[in-house]
Amino acid sequence: MELALLVNLLAAGVRSGTPILFATIGEIFSERAGVLNLGVEGMMLMGAMTAYGVAYGTGNPWLGVLAAMGIGGLLALLHAFVTVTLRADQVVSGLALTFLGTGLSAVLGAPLVEIRSAPRLPNFRIPFLADIPVLGPIFFDHNVVVYIGFLLIPLAWFYIYRTRPGLELRALGEYPAAADTLGINVIRQRYFYVILGGALAGLAGASLSLAITPLWVEGMTAGAGWIAVGLVIFAGWDPVRGAMGAYLFGAIRRLPLDAQNLTFFLKNPTLGYFMNMLPYLFTIIVLVISSREAMRRRAGAPAALGVPYVREERGA
Amino acid sequence: MSDSYALEMRQITKRFPGTLANDRVDFTAREGEIHALLGENGAGKSTLMNVLTGLYHPDEGEIYINGRRFRFNSPGDAIAAGVGMVHQHFMLVPNQTVAENVILGLRDVPFRLNGRRIEENVQAISEQYGLPIDPRAKIWQLSVGEQQRVEIIKVLYRGAQILILDEPTAVLTPQETQGFFATLDEMRRQGKTIIFISHKLDEVLSIADRITVLRHGANVATVDAAGMTKPELASLMVGRPVLFHIDKPECKPGEPRLLLDGISALDNKGLTALNRLSLTVRSGEIVGVAGVAGNGQRELAEVICGLRATTGGVIDIGQNNVADAPPIVVINAGVAYVPEDRGAVGTAPNLSVAENMALKAYRKPPIGSGLFMDRRLMREQAAELIKRFDISTPGPLTPVRKLSGGNLQKVILAREISSNPRVIIAAYPTRGLDIGATENVRNILVDERSNGTAILLISEDLDEIFALSDRIAVLYEGEVAGVVPGEQADRDAVGLMMAGETPEAETAPAVTTPHTEAAPS
Ligand SMILES: Nc1ncnc2c1ncn2[C@@H]1O[C@H](COP(=O)(O)OP(=O)(O)OP(=O)(O)O)[C@@H](O)[C@H]1O
Ligand SMILES: [Mg+2]
Repeated sequence: MELALLVNLLAAGVRSGTPILFATIGEIFSERAGVLNLGVEGMMLMGAMTAYGVAYGTGNPWLGVLAAMGIGGLLALLHAFVTVTLRADQVVSGLALTFLGTGLSAVLGAPLVEIRSAPRLPNFRIPFLADIPVLGPIFFDHNVVVYIGFLLIPLAWFYIYRTRPGLELRALGEYPAAADTLGINVIRQRYFYVILGGALAGLAGASLSLAITPLWVEGMTAGAGWIAVGLVIFAGWDPVRGAMGAYLFGAIRRLPLDAQNLTFFLKNPTLGYFMNMLPYLFTIIVLVISSREAMRRRAGAPAALGVPYVREERGA
Repeated sequence: MSDSYALEMRQITKRFPGTLANDRVDFTAREGEIHALLGENGAGKSTLMNVLTGLYHPDEGEIYINGRRFRFNSPGDAIAAGVGMVHQHFMLVPNQTVAENVILGLRDVPFRLNGRRIEENVQAISEQYGLPIDPRAKIWQLSVGEQQRVEIIKVLYRGAQILILDEPTAVLTPQETQGFFATLDEMRRQGKTIIFISHKLDEVLSIADRITVLRHGANVATVDAAGMTKPELASLMVGRPVLFHIDKPECKPGEPRLLLDGISALDNKGLTALNRLSLTVRSGEIVGVAGVAGNGQRELAEVICGLRATTGGVIDIGQNNVADAPPIVVINAGVAYVPEDRGAVGTAPNLSVAENMALKAYRKPPIGSGLFMDRRLMREQAAELIKRFDISTPGPLTPVRKLSGGNLQKVILAREISSNPRVIIAAYPTRGLDIGATENVRNILVDERSNGTAILLISEDLDEIFALSDRIAVLYEGEVAGVVPGEQADRDAVGLMMAGETPEAETAPAVTTPHTEAAPS
């Protein structure tokens, strides 16, 4: 494969991996706090639709981003109320949230489908850095959301592993009773991280509809939210590994599009179906391998993931 | 209001659905005293202390510290008031380090963690109180005794003036207990108030200044420890005189029921835990396994029950070799198992008392028939067992996670013994049990043995081993260092063997290496 083609593919991977990155890191926060949220896909769709609508209505794409984060956080608040306060099953609540977000975004967003002129988030070519051969085009010639993604990775990592609240976050998902006996407000903190996860899922949606594929169509996330949920496991609940995974999946999702232009594929059109299948096949393989690896490193899921915490309830 | 008390709890009442756990309890403790809290399993000791730490909300009652009234809405409030507790079930995050666990939840730690500083502080406290620990170790790598040290450091680090220790010695070896008492002494010398829960009356009498006894949730007595005797305390707790003597009819051993021949096995870390161990248990006898913890006791029980792979040897339970057979084969051969870990191995916490009792019987008639179970019969049988074993539970349908430790153990015993076993493997059967329950369990085991069951008793409590065993096998580094008859066993000799100081053991190292290498896998 030519170098230019490869650079192109990797640059596209970084770009289209960015929404997945936001969603993955958001879900990592939520699950680290002990709350599984399968509503990522729904929150992303609502975020994408809201961002597009608000950007169109106000003429300011940044207001669209804020609104998307707000709506994501609001939906997550609903999930937190149902699972943390009412202690309902997290899987059921999350699935319901995805159905809700998918349906609602389709209905409310119907008038937006015709509109193709909402303002977008700007592209920004970083001076000098973008001129570095190979690395420049891959990393430094992108939409601003891509750079926000770059910043989020070390921030999330530092927060989780190197700060006081990060330590509490890790305890929350492993052994909430221990956190509680030390004066940590388990309920309040779980709410906080679930909402943070929702806001990041909303941001993921906004980055999609205002930057990566700047338009709104029903179901435009095409499973990216689910890939994010899977990536959290692949990443072993670690934001840096999660980011690498997100970019990798971004590249693989792009592969069918880029490969269409190769003469080989133009001659064998049925192979396109095979290429379209690759991201999903890859997801399965990666999950199998990484779960074995995680067991070896004792870096499994947070022990209390999915379990509501009740103070005066005895036992786990 | 009396100012001379560091702590005063007045008229504390706490109800759980179906249970009155604390019934208008008055409790006081002075500065610089060790105050022991006694009571049977389920008497409400942990509950009272959880109220004091703000984890439980009392339905009624008041708490005064140094004469000032406090209302705790959460454990954070209690910590701020200088109350710290080491819980009966450790509150440590397993995949975090010692240092991380110690500072977890502290408000005055800087936003950005400084690992080195924290480790130094932890080190300083651990040296001051004689609690050796590696601040960088992960909790899951530590022994139970070390984990407890972390818990104590955690409380001290928060500057607690009132320390609550809920059954701290239940899981310690005798040596560790000695070190632990030295720490308690040091804390008392520094003027701290220590509340200490234990079922071991000798310990309590040797270290406590005052003693409070709870019975059925109510305070029945607060007395000075000096001048109290074991039987007096026991009858206060139970409400009737307790015999510390067990009536044991003469041992009439029959045919061998459990035969271990040259068994070898590895521990969780992959090191040799059992080294060509051979042992026989006959019908109608109790064979006690004595030894310092970590010399293969746990692996021995697991290997017999099919829960751990062997690396060599033969296990015969009156059938063929059942080494490495699945547990169901072992169960069907008539082996009952009372495991060390009651919560995770012995019971299914969310299932009811009745379901847990039927966990063996459900497969066969009369309870099981084809795909179905007779739930009514299951409940009735459970009700009978609850009566027979004197289990205190709101009813047969209560999930077992709500029972106190002692009652959980009785549920396991009830299930295992009602299966009419040919062999019983009992690992630490009275750990954490009150004296009444201990007496009860011991009598049950002796009765079973007199009815012809073969019993293998694993225990760290030498008193228990000596009181119950017909023969005593001393385990040292995965081998049987010697077997002595229970009647004339000499404590000192057994103690020496436990430490590996016998002629047999001296030759052991020479034999060990070829054995492990030769062991087939
Ligand atoms: N969280 C809870 N929910 C329901 N019932 C409870 C709870 N905690 C304790 N109980 C009940 O309250 C009673 C007192 O329990 P507690 O744990 O205080 O006993 P304890 O004296 O500490 O016993 P042990 O010596 O076995 O630890 C028991 O009957 C127990 O079943
Ligand atoms: Mg207790």
